[in-house]
Amino acid sequence: MDKFKKIEEQKKQWEEKTLNKVLERFPEQKETFTTGSWLPVERLYLPRPFSEEEYLENVGFPGQYPFTRGVQPTMYRGRFWTMRQYAGFGTAEESNRRYKYLLEQGQTGLSVAFDLPTQIGYDSDDPKSVGEVGKVGVAIDSLEDMELLFDGIPLDKVSTSMTINAPAAVLLAFYIAVAEKQGVPKDQLRGTIQNDILKEYIARGTYIFPPKPSLRLITNIFEYCSKEVPKWNTISISGYHIREAGSTAVQEVAFTLADGIEYVQAALNAGLNVDQFAGRLSFFFNAHNDLLEEIAKFRAARRVWAKIMKERFGAKNPKSMMLRFHTQTGGSTLTAQQPDNNIVRVTIQTLAAVLGGTQSLHTNSRDEALGLPTEDSVRIALRTQQIVAYESGVTNTVDPLAGSYFLESLTDKIEEKVWNYLKRIDEMGGMVYAIEKGYIQKEIQDAAYRYQKEVEKGDRVVVGVNKFTMEQEPPKEILRVDPNLRKVQAERLANLRAKRDNAKIQKTLNALKEAAKEEKENLMPFILDAAKAYATLGEICNVLRDVFGEYQESIVL
Amino acid sequence: MSKRIRILIAKPGLDGHDRGAKYVARALKDAGYEVIYTGIRQSPEAIAKTAIQEDVDFVGLSLLSGAHNELFPEVVRLLRKEGAKNIIVFGGGVIPEEDISFLQEQGIEAVFTPGTPIQKVLNFIESKKEKVLA
Repeated sequence: MDKFKKIEEQKKQWEEKTLNKVLERFPEQKETFTTGSWLPVERLYLPRPFSEEEYLENVGFPGQYPFTRGVQPTMYRGRFWTMRQYAGFGTAEESNRRYKYLLEQGQTGLSVAFDLPTQIGYDSDDPKSVGEVGKVGVAIDSLEDMELLFDGIPLDKVSTSMTINAPAAVLLAFYIAVAEKQGVPKDQLRGTIQNDILKEYIARGTYIFPPKPSLRLITNIFEYCSKEVPKWNTISISGYHIREAGSTAVQEVAFTLADGIEYVQAALNAGLNVDQFAGRLSFFFNAHNDLLEEIAKFRAARRVWAKIMKERFGAKNPKSMMLRFHTQTGGSTLTAQQPDNNIVRVTIQTLAAVLGGTQSLHTNSRDEALGLPTEDSVRIALRTQQIVAYESGVTNTVDPLAGSYFLESLTDKIEEKVWNYLKRIDEMGGMVYAIEKGYIQKEIQDAAYRYQKEVEKGDRVVVGVNKFTMEQEPPKEILRVDPNLRKVQAERLANLRAKRDNAKIQKTLNALKEAAKEEKENLMPFILDAAKAYATLGEICNVLRDVFGEYQESIVL
Repeated sequence: MSKRIRILIAKPGLDGHDRGAKYVARALKDAGYEVIYTGIRQSPEAIAKTAIQEDVDFVGLSLLSGAHNELFPEVVRLLRKEGAKNIIVFGGGVIPEEDISFLQEQGIEAVFTPGTPIQKVLNFIESKKEKVLA
C-alpha cells in the first residue's frame, strides 16, 4: 500500500502549503458540513487502501451479487427506467382519460392513485367517506368502476402499478377480473400492488386490520401470485412515506428493509420457499435533494438487501437477492412558495434516482404543495425524466459515480448505520413489535422535528421559504375535483346494488367469511369470486373487518 | 395565576399525513401550552367531543387530502351546537388560497399553509389569548 503512503504525505504538504493559507484568509462557510440527513462530510476524500477482494465483495459487477452497481448488467444502455406517473382523481372515467393522455405523451407504465375511502376499504356512500371521494385519487367501489378505469387500455400491453395496501387483495382481484373480460389471462399481467401494511402503521395511515391478519393477507397474495400471476410484483416495500414523514436517508433504508425482513419471515412461517416468492418482491424509495447522499443510499440499500437475502434467509436464486425499486421524487421537498422552483428540485431528484439505478420513476409536479397537479405541470414533470434520459448523458454507462472517493465512502457509511438499526430492531423482537412500541415512529419524528427546527432557525436554507423569499406570489392555477362526486358514486352504487344478483353476493361473502376464520385458507380465490359477482370493496372489507377487527393507532408525540 | 392555554391538534378525514400536525403539536408544547393530539382519521364528531371533554381553548385542524371545505366547517358547527361558543378553531394543510376566505366565513379563524413559520401560529394564539381567557 505504498502509493497511499505517498498520498498521505502529499496531503500533509498540501495542507501546510496550500490549504492553511487559504483557510486563514477565507474561512469556510461552516465549521462542519453534513449531508441533508446529518451524515458528516469531510472537505476532501482521497483514494483509500481498498483491496481487490474488498472491491469484489462490496462493489462488484452490475447484475451480480451484491448488486451495489445495479441489478442489470447493462442498466440504461439496455432500456431506460419505466416512466410512471402516479395519477388518478375523480371518477374512473376522468382518470381513464388522464391515463390515455399520459400514454400518448410517452409514459411507459400506469400508476393508479386511489382515493382515501378506496384505500381504507370504504364505499363512496359510507358516512366515513364524506369529503374524501375522488380527492387524492380515483374512487373505485366495485368491478364496474375498474372496468371503466381501464376501458380501452389493453392490459396485456401496459404494466400497472397500484398504490393500494390494506385492501390490495381486493383491487388485485378487480384487476384480474377486468383482464379476463378483455381476454387477457392472468399469467400475462404485469404490474405491482404496494401491499405494504407495515409502513402504513408507521407513516402513511391507510391501515384497516391489525398486523397479524394483515400479514396473512400479504402472504396469501405471495402464494397465489407465485402460481397464478407469476409476472406480478406482489409487494412494493416502501420507504417513500417513511422519508416523507421526516426520516433521515439512513432510517428510510433501515426501516424499509426491516419491513422486508418481516414479510419474508411471515411467508417462510406460512411454509413458502424463499426462492418461490422473493424474486417478486420490489421496493419503493424517495429521492430528496442531497444528490450524492441519495445515490449512495440506493447503492447501500441494494447491497444490504442482497446480503440479508443470501445470508439470513438462505436464498439461492440471484433474483431473490436483487433489490429492484421504484422511485418517487420527494413530495415534502416541494414548496408552495415560488412553485416553479420545484421543477429544479425535481430535476436534481431525478438525477439522484437515475444515478442510483432506479427501475421506474415518478416525478412530482411543481404545484403539488398547492393542490392536485394540472395537466401542464404533469407534462413538465414527465418531460424532466425524458430530458434526463435522452439528453443528459448519465445513462450511457452503468453506475457512473462508482469509484468516487466520496460516494463509495458515503455508501459504506450508510450501510454501516443501516446494519446498526437492523440489529437494534432484531434485539427488540422484530419490526411489528418496534412499531407497536412506537419506537420507529419516535425515531422518525425526532428527525422530522430537528429538520423543521433547522428550517425555522434558518440553519437550513429552503430557497423561497426562509431565504430569497418574495412578497408577491404569482397566481396559482390548480385542478379542482367535483365536490358532488360522492353523490355520483352513490347513485352508481345504488344502481349496481339493484341490478346485480344479490343472492350470489351473499353466498360469496359468506364463503369469504368462513374462509377468513380458517387461518390456513388462502383468501385470494374467495375475494376473486366476490369481486366477479360485483360485491363492492366496502362489502368485502366489512366481512374481513368482522372477522379480523381493526387496528388502533399507537399515538406517539 | 392565569390558566394555561389548552390546545387540541386534530386530524379529521382519512389522510395519514401527520408530519405537520405532529410538528405543530410538539412546537406548541415546547412553547409552554398544554397540547393534546388526537391521532389520524378522526371524525368531526369525535374531534368536537374530545375538544369539549378536554375543555380546550383552541382546536387546530390539519388536513392534506382536500376534504377541508367539508370537514373543517363541520367541526365548528358541532362545537357550536354543543354549546362550545368560545373554542377557537384554526386549520392547516394543503389548502388552496381561494378556499381560505370560505373557511374563515365558516368560523375557521386562521389557515396556515405549507411553509408557514411556527412563529405565525404562536402569534395567532397569543393574539386570541385574551378572548379565550376572558
